[in-house]
Amino acid sequence: MPAHFHQLKITAPEYRAALAVLLALAALGYAAAHYMDAGGHHITGMNNRVVWGIPHVFALALILAASGALNVASLSSVFGLDEYQPLAGLSALLAIVLLVGGLLVLVLDLGRPDRLIVALTHYNFKSVFAWNILLYTGFIALAVGYLYVLVEPGARRAGRVRAAGMLSLLWRLVLTSGSGAIFGFVVARPMYHAAVMAPLFIALSLALGGAAFQLVAAALARWHGDYLDESVLARQARLLAWFVAAVLLLTAIFHLTHGYAAERRAVERFILMRGGVYTALFWAQAGLGGALPLALLLAPAPGVRRLCAAAALVVLGGFAHLYVIIIGGQAFPLPIFPGKTVTGGFYDGEVAAYAPSLPEFLLGLGGVAAALLLLLAALRVLPFMPPPRRARQRG
Amino acid sequence: MTAPANRKRRKLLAAAASTVAAAPGLRLMEWAAAQSDAQPVTAATRWGLLIDTDKCAVDCDACVRACNDEHGLTGTGRPETDAQWIRKVTLTDEHSGRVTSLPVLCQHCEQPPCVDVCPTGASFRREDGVVLVDKHTCIGCRYCVIACPYQARSFVHENLTAQKPYSPRGKGTVEGCTLCVHRIDEERAPACVEVCNSGGGDDCGNGALLFGDLNDPQSAIARRLKSAPSRQLRADLDLNTGVRYENL
Amino acid sequence: MSGGGFFAIPRIISAAIFAPVLAAVVSVNALADGPPKLPRGKGATCVEPLDVMRRNHMDFLNHERDLTVRGGIRGRKHSLVGCIACHAQRDGHGDFIRIDAPGQFCHACHEFTGVKMDCFECHAAVPDTSASHAAAPPFVPPRRGGYGGETRP
Repeated sequence: MPAHFHQLKITAPEYRAALAVLLALAALGYAAAHYMDAGGHHITGMNNRVVWGIPHVFALALILAASGALNVASLSSVFGLDEYQPLAGLSALLAIVLLVGGLLVLVLDLGRPDRLIVALTHYNFKSVFAWNILLYTGFIALAVGYLYVLVEPGARRAGRVRAAGMLSLLWRLVLTSGSGAIFGFVVARPMYHAAVMAPLFIALSLALGGAAFQLVAAALARWHGDYLDESVLARQARLLAWFVAAVLLLTAIFHLTHGYAAERRAVERFILMRGGVYTALFWAQAGLGGALPLALLLAPAPGVRRLCAAAALVVLGGFAHLYVIIIGGQAFPLPIFPGKTVTGGFYDGEVAAYAPSLPEFLLGLGGVAAALLLLLAALRVLPFMPPPRRARQRG
Repeated sequence: MTAPANRKRRKLLAAAASTVAAAPGLRLMEWAAAQSDAQPVTAATRWGLLIDTDKCAVDCDACVRACNDEHGLTGTGRPETDAQWIRKVTLTDEHSGRVTSLPVLCQHCEQPPCVDVCPTGASFRREDGVVLVDKHTCIGCRYCVIACPYQARSFVHENLTAQKPYSPRGKGTVEGCTLCVHRIDEERAPACVEVCNSGGGDDCGNGALLFGDLNDPQSAIARRLKSAPSRQLRADLDLNTGVRYENL
Repeated sequence: MSGGGFFAIPRIISAAIFAPVLAAVVSVNALADGPPKLPRGKGATCVEPLDVMRRNHMDFLNHERDLTVRGGIRGRKHSLVGCIACHAQRDGHGDFIRIDAPGQFCHACHEFTGVKMDCFECHAAVPDTSASHAAAPPFVPPRRGGYGGETRP
């Protein structure tokens, strides 16, 4: 086993408190899923017009963050930045658990979670969703393979670490494009049908995952012993700034192209001006989750505190952004009859109402908790913790 | 074998089957021999529906009630999660103020987006053009509800008990207009069409719905489509819908 | 039947763990009580010999369901509706009892063997008694011109 990886050692009481909270949240999430499954989805805020709700926002956020959490591994193994090498294992582990957490939420929200096996035995190759099933399982397999070569003696010299890192980098770019395509390929909805969804989701994943890694790494550093070098922190800040800027740019392109086309102006007016909670969340994510963290990150000498504050804002902003895309896109009425005012029917022509209920929120939160619990458990038994700085200086 | 002959034979088989159920064992041999001839539906037929909005009355919802009765779609007092296979809408032109009334239902597209997106292939298009959900393989992901341009699909949000034998439906799966396949397979018109063309009583009998085989040039629907202008909803998507509208 | 499964993977795992235990319990029960007494069907014989039916009914049903759902072939001899029409019992008031109710045809045996079925989460568990479908559907001769809309000018 290479000397630069450790197992997680518990030294701080906050760690036990965090463990207890995570366990409670995961249990609540599981109970909520059971409650939803037994009673049916009518106990949630979801309905026949907003069929994907807050569980899907949590799931997508976790899946995108999973892909982005691998940034650090890519920096170390593909782009050859040696100061990231001790963090590479943690990065890949975090990626795996976040994806598992996201899939857990997605699966437990299904109408028939007991038929999960059907999703594996009946496969429609034309479905973007089905492609994503392959992309997710492939991602987990590649990340596990990457972790293996990280601790395999001689793998680095033989170039296997770089190969595994490169493969997972390419795979996650395709994966996040695939997540974007879940929406981008939907011809029916003016909010969704756009090629820019793919790069937007890539950028969102890089920002969300980078920020999530920063927060997790900083928390673990407090409990385990500090291992984050100044140079790593400075580079993290610069990188995160780039990713946030990319999200802002692609968001601007997205809404400008939409706003330019007469047929999509109505939905743009809805999201940007008259959409109530969606409008509020849109501008909040652009300002508080975009511009503000960008300023915090670009200001000189960002310490670990400022970096973490910015990362937290990016995570919240990304979540709000996904809420606007996923739920706002369903809330806006389908344009079946352009040029006509529609009344009657099934709330035709009206903006769909959606307010998340407690169980579905707990299900989503439970997915996050389950991911972090898995991470802590894995770090206790697998040697992927970066060693504290003092130990490294001594060694 | 031509499609109508095929259909007739299958119909006779259904009748034979009910005889057997009444007196099992009696005619099992003949019947077992006959049923080997039963043929699946073919693309020789494409079922379609033509809706004349001029004949559809604003205050009439007989088709919606007939559908609900036929398939046992009962409300729960929570309309946002209740099943809605067919709905009546009223359109007012934003410029001219012209008012139109029409039912919206599954448009039974030739290129259905719901079928494309379904991860398990539960959403499928029967050879004769009817778009259905195979609820045995539906996992309840609702992607088809997102992808349908017509808001024509419903997700079953709660436990059901009083289903109809010919229209199984259950919690956690997605459903939509079946074009009453159980009736089509027995040579009967869909429930909404039947009620719209029946006069008297509560039912308006406006005769706004015309059902038939789009592939048969002699059918009333094919002749009507040839002689009078009609349109598809979201024609820009080029889905080649099986449901068409006149005077819209 | 109870609502859908809670979570497939744990259930699969727990099934793997508990199935042998259950099997043992069931076989002990079997020794104690003997096989369940099933209500008889209406006719003299079933559509297949009894041992074939016991072993293969699920395969018949699965095969038939695909023919019906995908191919529109209805009323063949292995249809679920047929099973229910023949085996459903009536209560004291003459009303049909759900075939998946305790002690009824499907439930009694499935309970005994410990096999969960979810057919009746969607399918009707009693024969149809509504006027239009109780008997064989009325045969309407196919009209070459199509159905409906005959009243239009």
